[in-house]
Amino acid sequence: MLNSKIPPGKLEEKWTDYKGHVKLVNPANKRKLEVIVVGTGLAGASAAASLGELGYRVKAYCFQDSPRRAHSIAAQGGINAAKNYQNDGDSVFRLFYDTIKGGDYRSRESNVHRLAEISANIIDQCVAQGVPFAREYGGLLANRSFGGVQVKRTFYAAGQTGQQLLLGAYQALERQIALGNVTMYTRHEMHDVVVIDGKARGIICRNLVTGELERHFGHAVLLCSGGYGNVFYLSTNAMGSNVTAAWKAHKKGAFFANPCFTQIHPTCIPVTGDHQSKLTLMSESLRNDGRIWVPKKQGDTRKANDIPEEERDYYLERRYPAFGNLVPRDVASRAAKERCDAGYGVGTTKQAVYLDFKYNLINKYGKAEASKQGIENPDTETLVKLGKEVVKEEYGNLFDMYEKITGENPYEVPMRIYPAVHYTMGGLWVDYELKTTVDGLYALGEANFSDHGANRLGASALMQGLADGYFVIPYTLGNYLAGEIGTRPIPTTHEAFENAEKDVKDRIDKLMNIKGKQSVESFHKRLGKIMWEKCGMARNEQGLKEAIEEIRTLRKEFWNNVRIPGDIKEMNNELDKANRVADFIELGELMCLDALERAESCGGHFREESQTEEGEALRNDDKFMYVAAWEYKGESNWQLNKEDLIYEEIKPTQRNYK
Amino acid sequence: MEHYSMNLTLKVWRQKNTSDKGRFETFHVKGISSEMSFLEMFDVLNEQLIEEGKEPIAFDHDCREGICGMCSMYINGRPHGPWHGTTTCQLHMRAFKDGDTIVVEPWRANAFPVIKDLIVDRHAFDHIIQAGGFVSVNTGNAVDGNALPIEREKADQSFAAAACIGCGACVAACKNSSAMLFLSAKVSHLALLPQGAPEKKTRVLNMIAQMDKEGFGSCTNTGACEAVCPKEISLESIARLNKEYLGAAFTSDKV
Repeated sequence: MLNSKIPPGKLEEKWTDYKGHVKLVNPANKRKLEVIVVGTGLAGASAAASLGELGYRVKAYCFQDSPRRAHSIAAQGGINAAKNYQNDGDSVFRLFYDTIKGGDYRSRESNVHRLAEISANIIDQCVAQGVPFAREYGGLLANRSFGGVQVKRTFYAAGQTGQQLLLGAYQALERQIALGNVTMYTRHEMHDVVVIDGKARGIICRNLVTGELERHFGHAVLLCSGGYGNVFYLSTNAMGSNVTAAWKAHKKGAFFANPCFTQIHPTCIPVTGDHQSKLTLMSESLRNDGRIWVPKKQGDTRKANDIPEEERDYYLERRYPAFGNLVPRDVASRAAKERCDAGYGVGTTKQAVYLDFKYNLINKYGKAEASKQGIENPDTETLVKLGKEVVKEEYGNLFDMYEKITGENPYEVPMRIYPAVHYTMGGLWVDYELKTTVDGLYALGEANFSDHGANRLGASALMQGLADGYFVIPYTLGNYLAGEIGTRPIPTTHEAFENAEKDVKDRIDKLMNIKGKQSVESFHKRLGKIMWEKCGMARNEQGLKEAIEEIRTLRKEFWNNVRIPGDIKEMNNELDKANRVADFIELGELMCLDALERAESCGGHFREESQTEEGEALRNDDKFMYVAAWEYKGESNWQLNKEDLIYEEIKPTQRNYK
Repeated sequence: MEHYSMNLTLKVWRQKNTSDKGRFETFHVKGISSEMSFLEMFDVLNEQLIEEGKEPIAFDHDCREGICGMCSMYINGRPHGPWHGTTTCQLHMRAFKDGDTIVVEPWRANAFPVIKDLIVDRHAFDHIIQAGGFVSVNTGNAVDGNALPIEREKADQSFAAAACIGCGACVAACKNSSAMLFLSAKVSHLALLPQGAPEKKTRVLNMIAQMDKEGFGSCTNTGACEAVCPKEISLESIARLNKEYLGAAFTSDKV
């Protein structure tokens, strides 16, 4: 039933072979073909720009006021590439292997290998665009380490790598807009996919300034609309990040894969109170130099700096000596939760652990600087001063951000951190060509499910978004469009467009006519609470069953009691939010269903019933070595389709970071 | 850090749409925690308005971590409020005290028309980038990233300029509504790198021409832009822009 279209042949030759035989569209025909790109983050902007350069007529959409604001911009730490510039044993195979292992053997070998192959081209492309990556004194590119790996392969621009990469893609996109190859629609939100004779042929969107519904035709539709972490209400996602585009595609026939695979990032600034609207990440790169600890004594109320060295428990270094503070995210998050649940948490809420830079500030950077400057036997104060300057260069903006939010100076006292929802590995099911189960409908970047399995390694999201947009879709889309060169643009008066627009209009009218008592925000918060408590860092059968019931009740209440002020035909931010939250509620139910069905632990999906004696995630490869691709069959009704994962190159084992 | 709670009076600009004249409205909020961000305080106010059956205040915001450049409030006469080098979303309520009155307006500039309440249209910035704020290199053309060594200091300076988030605070702060700091940040970012060299002249000329076309005012070097820039883009960028512009104007074939 599910055909992942993995090319035959040896793993390392599949992509080259595919490219060599894929159908092409000649330049004159490209001009006749229209492509819709929804979302302008790294995947969307790079795809729209690259397809525009090739000569396709591209239309790009974003809900923000400019494509430059997509949430890829907030990615901090870096982007991986198998360049082996450090001569430390890196290779395409290593990056491939680390990613498969990091994902706990729940991703497709062929896709991940392609990603590793392409990774080096991405860096070259970005450098050519003028992305100001960090450099060594010799003028060459600098690297640092990220979690779950033992080589230095991460390229970065201070703590603003996502910003710099997105601006590179944005500039390429704006250039194509100026050349007339791409038409940009800002403050537009996609509300439906139009499917004609089984093929995606356009979208219905709402102009968020005027409130008008619009119909747009395309020979193909690319969804680059990001992840769905905001289903948890509190996450590190931007306030506007939403699942609506992907969800509408799902309801039109695109299968949704592994929805329960959510990444909880270990190092975020802890929640302070009910007013909290979002959570802020402190980059994983900080774990290069920060050591994570809690007091050895339960309920210790002393200030961090008053707790002597021997009374601190560096629990990651203790439990995982080989990887220490650089274990993968899922492992680090669970370890923090374990310590806090056992009563060792710090700060006012006791739901936090320390991330401490003092040791490396002095011993790593301070001493190196002192030696460089020829200072003999420097005292601690001098070392701290010298070390600070280096740390400021590496992570300055992150330290400033921490101080603005918490009012504490992380150069003086350790950061307090706690895990938070950050990324979603699940998403629309796609084949090797990034095509969903609807012909002509593609999903790129975080919106698809394909490369990260059950847990994504740090600095791999930027890599995947740009790989999909710059280097995969320009080839795979041609393979589909080559068969469409005879298809004339379909007028948007076609009844499929009429019907799709009517459905959207009816739903909006229905929402506005509820005129209930509770705000959209209050429903979103309640949904988030259910998801975090029952489908968050740890899940069990009973909790998930309860969550499904609670979400169904919440959905009924939402559709009977939500209050949306204002009118339809105007800018109405509450209506925008209501549309998104309505979809999050439906998705929440599917996530719990998926988590319930997958009665094993793997990566970020931790089922309490399935753990090793040491509390690590215990997979069940005999029963669950598959991608769960859910097919929408109607309200609260899904059918499970399985894509078996076949490992030819790598032998799955129990992940071990000890 | 000690936390406290406060009651505040807010005078906020309300404007239904671009053609509406607009006016200030006064609101009161209670029990605001010093731990909240400024926008979370607005969330509280908006929830209160919805409860009362009124329309919430429209404002732009997205990442809420100071990097997307979407938030844009003019707070007590200063873009992004009282803290130096800080966006509105990163401004926290401990900057205020119990009983304060806070005045909040949208960016004011001809090139940034108000769409609704505190939301303005900043497309003019995208148009300036379209005029030349890029390196013309198609996907797939690149040579190895390390084939082109770049002096570290230059790379760092370029990065500092590239940190601009395009929020428009510089325009809002300028008495002439000039976009020089924004434009100069992009010109500096690319002029400092060898990748930007081939289009050095056309870039600066075209971007400046576009800025004028969009209706931004002239720069008189008062430095108000630098003082409010949340990413602390330096006036040196404008000096570099002027140098690039003069160089291009005197030697370009176009002039």
